[in-house]
Amino acid sequence: MRNIDAVFLKQLKETLRNKTILIQFLMFPVMAFIMENAVKIENMPENFFVKLFAVMFVGMAPLTCMSAIISEEKEKNTLRALMMSNVRPVEYLIGTGFYVWLMCMAGAGAFAVCGGYNGMKFCQFMLIMSTGILLSELVGAIIGVSCKNQMSATSVTVPVMMIFSFLPMLSMFNKSVEKAAEITYTQQLNKLINGLGTTEIKAESIVVIVVNFVVMAVLFAAAFRKKGLE
Amino acid sequence: MENAISINGITKSFGEKKVLDDINLDIKKGEILGLLGPSGAGKTTLIKILTGQLEADSGNSVINGKDSQRLTGRDYSGFGIMMDNCGLYERFSCYENLKVFARIYNISDDKIRAALESTGLADAGKTPVSNLSKGMKSRLRLARVFMTNPKILFLDEPTCGLDPATADEIQKLILREKEKGKTIFLTTHTMTEAEKLCDNVALLNEGKIVEYGSPAEICRRYNHQKRIKIHLTDGTEMEILHDESAAEIISELIKNGSAETIHTTEPDLKTVFMELTGKELSQ
Repeated sequence: MRNIDAVFLKQLKETLRNKTILIQFLMFPVMAFIMENAVKIENMPENFFVKLFAVMFVGMAPLTCMSAIISEEKEKNTLRALMMSNVRPVEYLIGTGFYVWLMCMAGAGAFAVCGGYNGMKFCQFMLIMSTGILLSELVGAIIGVSCKNQMSATSVTVPVMMIFSFLPMLSMFNKSVEKAAEITYTQQLNKLINGLGTTEIKAESIVVIVVNFVVMAVLFAAAFRKKGLE
Repeated sequence: MENAISINGITKSFGEKKVLDDINLDIKKGEILGLLGPSGAGKTTLIKILTGQLEADSGNSVINGKDSQRLTGRDYSGFGIMMDNCGLYERFSCYENLKVFARIYNISDDKIRAALESTGLADAGKTPVSNLSKGMKSRLRLARVFMTNPKILFLDEPTCGLDPATADEIQKLILREKEKGKTIFLTTHTMTEAEKLCDNVALLNEGKIVEYGSPAEICRRYNHQKRIKIHLTDGTEMEILHDESAAEIISELIKNGSAETIHTTEPDLKTVFMELTGKELSQ
């Protein structure tokens, strides 16, 4: 527990000094706030920008942050220093993962405030966001573990992140894209967020999200087995 | 004296390449052992095996009476490991860097300050690591190791790439730890460093220990020439055989006042290594 705590606090301390990571946490909540207040179009769905940017945030921030943090620590050999201080890989991943989850949940909270969600809607929204954040963290961890350095991690992160964060938006304009996007967890999260306030649980969405989770978990296990954390 | 580290028949291959081949070494408590060899000789691999980061194909190593493959968190707190590629958090200050590891080892802030003090970094405590010189970064890595007050130190090329003055400072810090009774396992490809610091050295070449002993003893063992070199006051140099006739010649030269310096011609570790392997140590 002490090691997880040390990794978490280290990461927390770095937040304000690591601009790349900080921007990821702030960008979409700030954009959602500005757009919701600045853009008023007739017949625009309620909380349009909150929902749009919340899904983008889930597909981008946790994924980018996890891959950036892990790959930077690998490149600069600080991860090796932690491992040699008897921090186990699982402790490192939990400490870092919890940090990213917490920061992203703070972002999710900002979206909820911006969208005026409260009560049941707030709980549903936070639960959906939390699920998506965890899945995206897993994708980011796969990339971080697989790549040797930041440059190779970025070159993999960008296309993956674009698929997961932009597909739900693009599927609004194109039926074929929408069909393809159905298999991604972010599209299902998009649907769940758009259906906030209803008590009906969409089985299809849950199945797709669970399948996504299983696939990511298997990929992560394979990447970790092959490369470890060094 | 009791052994702090015992290495018994360690062999390790990466694919087809045998990196370590039947390594046997004993390091006594309070001793500095220097593992000398050119880059790629297998020095870092051996440290990784000793510290449980890597598994040997065969053989075993015992650290403080415990198999290095079965080390626990508590065992690790008894070692200090400084690898040349162990990173520092560039955005953090020296103090904050040590604080990360102090939390892991549950160490008080006083010990952080003491470690900074002992490595001459007390004034740089608040300086971000990105602003430190290479020598200061090396000292900070040592501070990280010293902070936990380990009984055994593994130092992998601690002065690699440093200027002579900074390397000298680091060597003084290492000797100070030896005076405190620490056992130190040191790898280096710098012959002078080994001669200065080590009680015993092991020369490693292509995964095998080709020679072992104290630096002076090894040099004496390879003193095939047994000659004496005399530098004369007129600027010329003469070499004489190191036998019973030498005393007479030297005595005469001293009486004449024509001998400026007199040296025996034992080889240094570099020469011994070249004789044994046909390679330079710094390769």
